[in-house]
Amino acid sequence: MSLPRLCLLMALALALAAVLAITLGETAFSLSQYGQALLQPASPPGEVLWTIRAPRVTVAALVGAALGMAGATLQGLLRNPLADPGVLGVSAVSGLGAALAISAGLAVLPGAIELSALAGALVAGGAVVVVAARFREPEALILFGVALSAFGGALTALVFNLSPSPVATAEILAWLMGSVENRDLMDALGALVPMAIGALLCLRAGAGLRMLTLGEDAARMSALPMARLRIYAVAGSALLTGAAVAASGVIGFVGLAAPHLVRALVRDDPKRILWPAALAGALLVVLADLAARMIPTEQELKLGVVTALFGAPVFALLAWRAARSWRS
Amino acid sequence: MSALWTLKDLSARQGRKTVLQAASLSVSAGEVVGVVGPNGAGKTSLLRAGLGLLPAGSGEAHLSGLAVADLAPAPRARLVGYMPQERRVAWNVPARMVAALGASDLPDAEADAVALDCLQRVGAADLADRGVLDMSGGERARVLLARLLATRAPLLVADEPVAGLDPDAQLLTLDLLRSEAQRGGAVVVTLHDLSLAARSCDRVVVVSGGRIVADAPPRDALSRAVLAEVFGLDGVLIDTEAGPVLAARRRA
Repeated sequence: MSLPRLCLLMALALALAAVLAITLGETAFSLSQYGQALLQPASPPGEVLWTIRAPRVTVAALVGAALGMAGATLQGLLRNPLADPGVLGVSAVSGLGAALAISAGLAVLPGAIELSALAGALVAGGAVVVVAARFREPEALILFGVALSAFGGALTALVFNLSPSPVATAEILAWLMGSVENRDLMDALGALVPMAIGALLCLRAGAGLRMLTLGEDAARMSALPMARLRIYAVAGSALLTGAAVAASGVIGFVGLAAPHLVRALVRDDPKRILWPAALAGALLVVLADLAARMIPTEQELKLGVVTALFGAPVFALLAWRAARSWRS
Repeated sequence: MSALWTLKDLSARQGRKTVLQAASLSVSAGEVVGVVGPNGAGKTSLLRAGLGLLPAGSGEAHLSGLAVADLAPAPRARLVGYMPQERRVAWNVPARMVAALGASDLPDAEADAVALDCLQRVGAADLADRGVLDMSGGERARVLLARLLATRAPLLVADEPVAGLDPDAQLLTLDLLRSEAQRGGAVVVTLHDLSLAARSCDRVVVVSGGRIVADAPPRDALSRAVLAEVFGLDGVLIDTEAGPVLAARRRA
């Protein structure tokens, strides 16, 4: 299948899922109410559909797309189907940034938590860029990411430990679980800018990701400016991840699962997979958020919990398959 | 004859270990040069340092008269194609895409045409749309060789291009590289099979302990003394119809 055609089909599927996610929800409407919502956006059903659900679905799609593309980029860069934004430690440090802002009582300032999360992602991304420029081996990046991730997690635990109020603790915990509840269009727009820059960087790095299929030395001896493309890839995926965490909190496994879903459709090509992985990520998060809303539980399920519940088995399956191929 | 690759007193370290010491070498158009030596002698380090992949401690390396250290990736790729020892391909991409990576300076459609042509030359035209991870090791080696040919560079450097190949594929590989040299290019290969080196190379460079200890036509480079000192072998090259063959046994 050609790439534009695949992307078109996936975009259609995403649009369908978005319509479904806007139509369905905890509050059930009759047909005439749906009609009213379409014709009069200011009516009560219209309010629910257009000012509560639509922005929520938009943010979910953006977060999913960003995580999907970041995951595909990192997997290409590290030549490993198990790589994911969490691997670089960007998610963890971004989460730490938000936790610090909440415990410092900055939650009352609009956008403070989001900016703090984005700043955390950029700090982690910057550290990773420095390491990526210094060491070329993907293993070095992965190990550094694991260390950064553990350190970010430890500092977040420290914030919990020293947190003076149980309210702040609960708030941090809720944030770390990830959610796109109560988002408005400004949230979507705020996330869009860093995401667009990040996506542009990742797409620019595409040819380099494809070249890395042959390994480090062959890529370095190619005609491509690999040093620059490598930094594009790391910076781009850090921006995408940071913007996603800022918009929704920590949502795991989407960056891992989304590229996996579409890899065979682009014949493993690490360059052509970028857009389909973004669309698959958007689809996954929109559906996961719909599931979080629709699964009848006393308290609404957190989006990050839903993706982790589905994602962790996917990770195990991937690891199983990878281990089998290493053995042969 | 113009020198396509010259190393002058090149030294390199990896960590604290000196892996290459004052190596000098000149490779001219039309030549097939074999680099041999025991495991860990510094064959790969010689190639990598000479291409700028391993930072040089001292000395110089030039490609077609231009200092390797000053070359940007694109002009460097026009002067040399490199096939590393590492053969792991990360993704199960089709063979034609792997081969086309050699021609990344061209627009996609032209790169694909070059790739198909090179796959044909290595006898892998029928594999063009197969995933490289679904292939046997020998088939994949052919595809990687096609990728090397697709660089269309005047100097081709291949690190152990015949490792793990069956005898027919080994000879095919060296014949193909030889034909590149006949077209006016130059080829440098590292080899473990000394008979194959003696038979297929114009010159053999013997590396031992990070130094070049011999650089001469095969018969002189693989003399009794070198075989004894470097390889620990009691051996001699014997002429046969199919070319020289090494008869050797371990020194007691």
